[in-house]
Amino acid sequence: MSAARSCRPPRALAGLFVWHLRNTGARQIPCRFVHLHHVASNRLITFQYFNFLKRMYVTQCNKDLSQRAKPKSDSVVSPFHELQQLDQEKKFVNKISSVSPVHQSWSEMSSRKELREIKSAAETEDSVIPVGAESKEDRQWKEMKLRLHDLPGILARLSKIKLTALVVSTASAGFAMAPVPFEITCFLLASLGTGLASCAANSINQFFEVPFDSNMNRTKNRPLVRGQISPLLAVCFAASCGIPGIALLTLGVNPLTGALGAFNIFLYTCCYTPLKRMSIANTWVGAVVGAIPPVMGWTAATGSLDAGALLLGGILYSWQFPHFNALSWGLREDYSRGGYCMMSVTHPGLCRRVALRHCLALIGLSAVAPVLNITTWTFPVISLPINLYISYLGFRFYRDADRSSSRKLFFCSLWHLPMLLLVMFTCKKSLVEKEDKGWQGVCALPGRCHPALHPALLPGAASPAFLQGRIAPGRVWEVPVAEVGSDPSGWKKCSRTSYLQT
Amino acid sequence: MAAARVLQAGGCYRRRPLSSASSSASSGSGRAAERGERPDSVGLGFRPPAHSHSDWIGPPDRHSNLRPVIFYVPPEESALERRLREARQEAQASNQRFWARHNRAFRQEKEEFIYSRLKAKGLEMRDESGQKATLNAEEMADFYKDFLSKNLKKHLQYNRDWYKRNFRITFLMGQVALVRALRWLRRRKKNVEQ
Repeated sequence: MSAARSCRPPRALAGLFVWHLRNTGARQIPCRFVHLHHVASNRLITFQYFNFLKRMYVTQCNKDLSQRAKPKSDSVVSPFHELQQLDQEKKFVNKISSVSPVHQSWSEMSSRKELREIKSAAETEDSVIPVGAESKEDRQWKEMKLRLHDLPGILARLSKIKLTALVVSTASAGFAMAPVPFEITCFLLASLGTGLASCAANSINQFFEVPFDSNMNRTKNRPLVRGQISPLLAVCFAASCGIPGIALLTLGVNPLTGALGAFNIFLYTCCYTPLKRMSIANTWVGAVVGAIPPVMGWTAATGSLDAGALLLGGILYSWQFPHFNALSWGLREDYSRGGYCMMSVTHPGLCRRVALRHCLALIGLSAVAPVLNITTWTFPVISLPINLYISYLGFRFYRDADRSSSRKLFFCSLWHLPMLLLVMFTCKKSLVEKEDKGWQGVCALPGRCHPALHPALLPGAASPAFLQGRIAPGRVWEVPVAEVGSDPSGWKKCSRTSYLQT
Repeated sequence: MAAARVLQAGGCYRRRPLSSASSSASSGSGRAAERGERPDSVGLGFRPPAHSHSDWIGPPDRHSNLRPVIFYVPPEESALERRLREARQEAQASNQRFWARHNRAFRQEKEEFIYSRLKAKGLEMRDESGQKATLNAEEMADFYKDFLSKNLKKHLQYNRDWYKRNFRITFLMGQVALVRALRWLRRRKKNVEQ
């Protein structure tokens, strides 16, 4: 990630990034890379870390002295030259009319003249003030023309690039946790495909929600709300990200991951987004949306949906609730006015209960991980402190139901998930225990090989778990002697599999 | 006519100087000739420069928080383009009406709620220092819940309308873009042949 921009507040630290608290109200997929967040009077400072946002200046927004980088639009200058000239002419004309009465004769008309003077002076003053206000207002009118050099920034904001980055990192977490040898090409393809799918889903979400976003403080600066891009272009962008993304996942990784990606886009755009305004069930749907990316990462690596994938998805599913419920506690006014059905507004008791319930569920799910052979037994032990802490904060939120406890829970959730995933990764059960190897099989098929064609074991023997359904071209897998025996002759093998004795 | 409705609601459009002096004079006392005052622009407080061929979008409206758009009317506007522009104007007007009314109702009901709660507690609207008394978030939560449930049906209706309009406008935009692209290709082919 590129470093923060040069015109950032002195309080910020170089080389780190934070994201705006308010931006995390939407369906937030957790971040692995929270290094630091610095709260400045209830607001976090964002950094623009894309190089194509070339010119930026400091703006004073809402009369507070926080610096916010805003891309400079330079086409505003020219149209208003003529308006300003007109204003100056008006002022000049008024000055002349006020000067002339002074030079007339000082007869009994003088009193009337004085009145006229006062009136014209007042008019001058009056004309000055509204003209000044007008030109300030005029500057806020923007031409709805797409400028190519603004386009990358606009598309980044349209696709909620930061959220997309977080989604991709959870998918990579899923990939990393899968008990197969790490393949870099598969990993990159899966990450790219997931990222494109996420961009598409976010763009469609913004396309659907323009008038609602205008009315909420958090979202009123989105590109479609500000008219920087037309809805048609937003839809075309979404299609041009989504179709290649899903195609990449289906053809380049495996069809299961592609199907999950397409399903997730559908769930987010066609179920979650409309449901937000219809019923509180949207939170559960949104939690599933957040849980699917790590499952996609896992299936990309292994090619099958097994218990480990579901567990990882389950952990993310449970995490969404304390995260989102705590955040939504502070946004109740905006949700109520905007017409969003959220638990924090309609069922506050349920909101807090669910958050606490899922904090406790995280403890349980962490304990299940070693049972499924994903991690060693050290994982539940090491993760117990952080899980207990978030549960404690969840309990405080449940009991106190106030702003400070909700904020504490929200902030905790921000670092809790990356830490949990990190601990999980370090406690990952190593692939193959060091035992005597029997045979190495290498599949030489160009595409993905169907598991049925690959060797089944001697009748009566159980097939090694990691052989089932996880065959990829060029992959080498090792079979323990104890399971196979030294002679592979009893094996059925696919015609293009070769065996090498180790 | 759509124009009058649109003027009332705060949306507006402008025509290029050549085509419209007569038509604008004829279609009502509210709109003056092109070169000079533009009452609809004055209503919004802005007049886009004459040389610009694109739409202009303004700051958020005080009541509805939506940004008004001044649409550009090209001299040779096809029927399809006119349909698109009118659909956008209508959507803008309808959204403006809905949100202005909704936000006003919210503010009003919020004031009433605060007043009634303060009265129940025996407090005044303004305390000794002249500051407006407010209720804390937990007390306001009752109001938010109540307001949301009261307006749910209205929102469902509005959502349906908005989705339909949005799809229709985007589809029309697609058609217009396609027609323009074909026209441009045809012109290029003609130039190449010449």
